[in-house]
Amino acid sequence: MSKEDKEFTEHYVAEFSKKVSFDELPDAPPSGKFRLSLTGKIGAVVVAFWVFIAIFGQFLAPYHENDIPFPDDYLEFQPPKPGAILGTDRDDRDVLSRLMYGAGRTIGISVAATILAYIVGVTLGIGSAVLGGRFDTVISSINNIFLSLPTIMLGLVIVAAVGSTIPILIVTAGLIYATVVFRLARAIGMDVKVMDFVEVSRGRGENLWWIISKEIWPNVRMPLISDFGLRLIYVILFVSSLSFLGLGVQPPMADWGSMVKENLGALQYGESVISVVAPAFSIATLTVAINLIVDDVSAHAGGKLTKRL
Amino acid sequence: MPGDAAQIRLGQNADEDSLRAFRAELGLDKPLYYQYLNWLFNFVQGDFGMSLSSDYPTIQLIRDRYENTLVVSLLTAAIGIPISVSLGIIAAMFPGTIYDRILTLGSVTLVAAPEFFTATLLVLFFVFFLDIGSAVVVGGIEGKNIFQLLAHFWLPVMTLCFVIASQLIRMTRAAVLNVMSSPYIEMAILKGIPRSRIVIRHALLNSIGPIVNIIALNLAYLVTGVIVVEVYFGYSGLATLIVQGVQTRDFILIQALGMIFCCTYVILMIIADVAAIVSNPRLRHPK
Repeated sequence: MSKEDKEFTEHYVAEFSKKVSFDELPDAPPSGKFRLSLTGKIGAVVVAFWVFIAIFGQFLAPYHENDIPFPDDYLEFQPPKPGAILGTDRDDRDVLSRLMYGAGRTIGISVAATILAYIVGVTLGIGSAVLGGRFDTVISSINNIFLSLPTIMLGLVIVAAVGSTIPILIVTAGLIYATVVFRLARAIGMDVKVMDFVEVSRGRGENLWWIISKEIWPNVRMPLISDFGLRLIYVILFVSSLSFLGLGVQPPMADWGSMVKENLGALQYGESVISVVAPAFSIATLTVAINLIVDDVSAHAGGKLTKRL
Repeated sequence: MPGDAAQIRLGQNADEDSLRAFRAELGLDKPLYYQYLNWLFNFVQGDFGMSLSSDYPTIQLIRDRYENTLVVSLLTAAIGIPISVSLGIIAAMFPGTIYDRILTLGSVTLVAAPEFFTATLLVLFFVFFLDIGSAVVVGGIEGKNIFQLLAHFWLPVMTLCFVIASQLIRMTRAAVLNVMSSPYIEMAILKGIPRSRIVIRHALLNSIGPIVNIIALNLAYLVTGVIVVEVYFGYSGLATLIVQGVQTRDFILIQALGMIFCCTYVILMIIADVAAIVSNPRLRHPK
């Protein structure tokens, strides 16, 4: 090979490897220098705000969630005024305080449920992919049965059967969404399992735990993490919808979904509609903000994989 | 929500004896698996059972309520699907233009928001800002023609249209754009055919399969949306019936309705899968 030929080949290979992107698996996992775009930053600020309220809201709230700020003038759905910045609700309680108490519940339940869904889904999904065989067949069939049912219907039936306390809500939502996580984790695990380096480590005689934790996990981590945000959105919507139907968080505890439901009357005969609008907007700002971040992150890392599923 | 249907019907102060007698009358004293299998055995023979919370046959409760739910779903499908699919196709015709970006941004925002947020926005805009209509749907639908029905249910239908549009527009756009990247389209572009004609004559035919698939998936999604919208606008339908069923612990009613909703959902899912296979001959040949 002449020198020019060699240079040409090297150049070509370099150019080629620059252009090729792997649709099947994420490119390099995002480095520490990963930067959000403008919309992503806006999303991050909004999410940070709500997380702050969720954690500290109940300490900062002007009243307890079930206190009545103006016991003397007994009027429901009062418009904003000094002492109740967002007015009062159906039972004359301060909307702002309930919103701040509710933030902790709505966000806390959803985050806990999503984490549960991930623990169950990823463990079983990766396990199924690696073990294969009968274990995989049984778990996958059970999973497909639950995947074929509408989530809200499943939720309604479970709540009807076992009641509706916060731990039950978390477990219900967690298990329902574990089905989706399972499918994703299994598919990604399957993709990685057949890669050469996994075969090599198998040939080297590594044990199962090593293969899962040192060979497969580092490669499936990124797409799963970028899916976490998306799943969190669905869980928030699911939990608030259940609460909105009156079957989630039970009164008198505040929660964004049940606040909308409680105060629907304001739309017909209330003096002020802010008691409905405030919780509905809170949920929407939170979920849309998470969506903005997810869009940003998944565009950056392995987004195509999650889209493919 | 403590207790069972018997407890709820007799009230908190009912004594043990009458509770036990009432449970026996309702069949609640039998073991759970027996209750369920018995119900299932009758169900497959077309007997939906007697409601536990009222002494009506479940089938009669459903017959009284199903119309509202069906009408709203059908109206949404009839209006929402053509509009959103064409909007999605237009967005695919002019990718990257302002029109495309506004549509994409709007649907990204709406897709992550709950149904009752969309409903609240619409009520705020129409009822409070423009002062049209009312935030609740009142009155029956007997003897109304299609336009009167539309006038009756316009707010719930519009809410659901927005909800499915946010999904449909994005997915239709993606389906058409996916076909647009194939070599034969490139050929058509090189021949100098205008872009709108390429989309309509060349790309659309090949993306019909995925689009039908997407439509079926979205109709299945309507099953969920309908429940929330019914409660929001306060008219009675199957969804309010099922919520009532949960609150009164009426398992017979919940099982019957759950079966109906889930069957509808599964049938739509099957249609989606069949549509995907029919439209793509490659899927008919196993590898």
